[in-house]
Amino acid sequence: MAKFSKFPPASAEGDMTPMIDVTFQLVIFFMLTLNFSQDEQNEMIRLPTSQLAKPAVAPAEKPITLQLTKKATVLIGGDEVQLANVRTPLLREKQAIQKQSGNYRNATIIIRADRDVKTGKVQELIKHCQETGFEKYVLRAKSETGA
Amino acid sequence: MKLAKGGGTLDRVVFDMTPMIDCCFQLIIFFMLTLKIFTPEGDFNIKMPLAAPSEGVPEPDQLPPIKVRLRAAGNGAIDVIQLGDRSLGKNFLALRNQVRDMVGDSAGPGASSAEVELDCDYDLRYQYVIEAISAVSGYIKDGQIQKLVEKIKFSPPRRPQ
Repeated sequence: MAKFSKFPPASAEGDMTPMIDVTFQLVIFFMLTLNFSQDEQNEMIRLPTSQLAKPAVAPAEKPITLQLTKKATVLIGGDEVQLANVRTPLLREKQAIQKQSGNYRNATIIIRADRDVKTGKVQELIKHCQETGFEKYVLRAKSETGA
Repeated sequence: MKLAKGGGTLDRVVFDMTPMIDCCFQLIIFFMLTLKIFTPEGDFNIKMPLAAPSEGVPEPDQLPPIKVRLRAAGNGAIDVIQLGDRSLGKNFLALRNQVRDMVGDSAGPGASSAEVELDCDYDLRYQYVIEAISAVSGYIKDGQIQKLVEKIKFSPPRRPQ
């Protein structure tokens, strides 16, 4: 016959405090590392790498990001256009900047071109931008880690 | 002030933590699934004025640009790097050393007002252009970037071969 204790069983509740602490730490970590600027980055583009490519200290002034794919199409503002037709969306961007701040000449064209695209295509893209009236350009490259 | 005398005991108030822990785990799972690790990116400034160089009036103390010619092989890879008339093979390190000798970085980092003009074949893969820009822009010493040439521009595009 089984023996039963005369005393009521002790409470089996564990202390939840450490687990909740760790959980909050994890939530905070993931919130802080959430990258909001990833909309600019496209997985179709494999950027060239450079040892000297370091993140800019200050963000570019009035940035317009143009992404040139390997098949020579341009991604701009969520649209994909042929390189020859890039002036239409560029003019739209120019007008939007003019409406906002008046001076579009300070706008910076950020070129994210695929590492295997022909250099001539990048130069054609710059030429289209020049003819639209933009003057400042930056070429974006991926930081070479472990170099 | 009256204090309760013995006898009465305080009841232990226990909150139900289950909904909060559920929410926290939901948040963790959401953030874990949306986490994407990106490599940091950097920029190279390019000077591309609207007017052709011949139309502008050059500044009196402005040196002529250092011309770097990048020739492509049939598959778009680099074939030859030329600095002026000198051929450097495919060696970007040699290009850096030559530019370093020319602009004389002994004057201090960023002291150079020299300008580099890149003349690239149409079919050359863009990766090599960035390598050339890196070579003439500077080098890393003791973990710090030592700048060489900050003014970089492209020659007018060549016709496709």
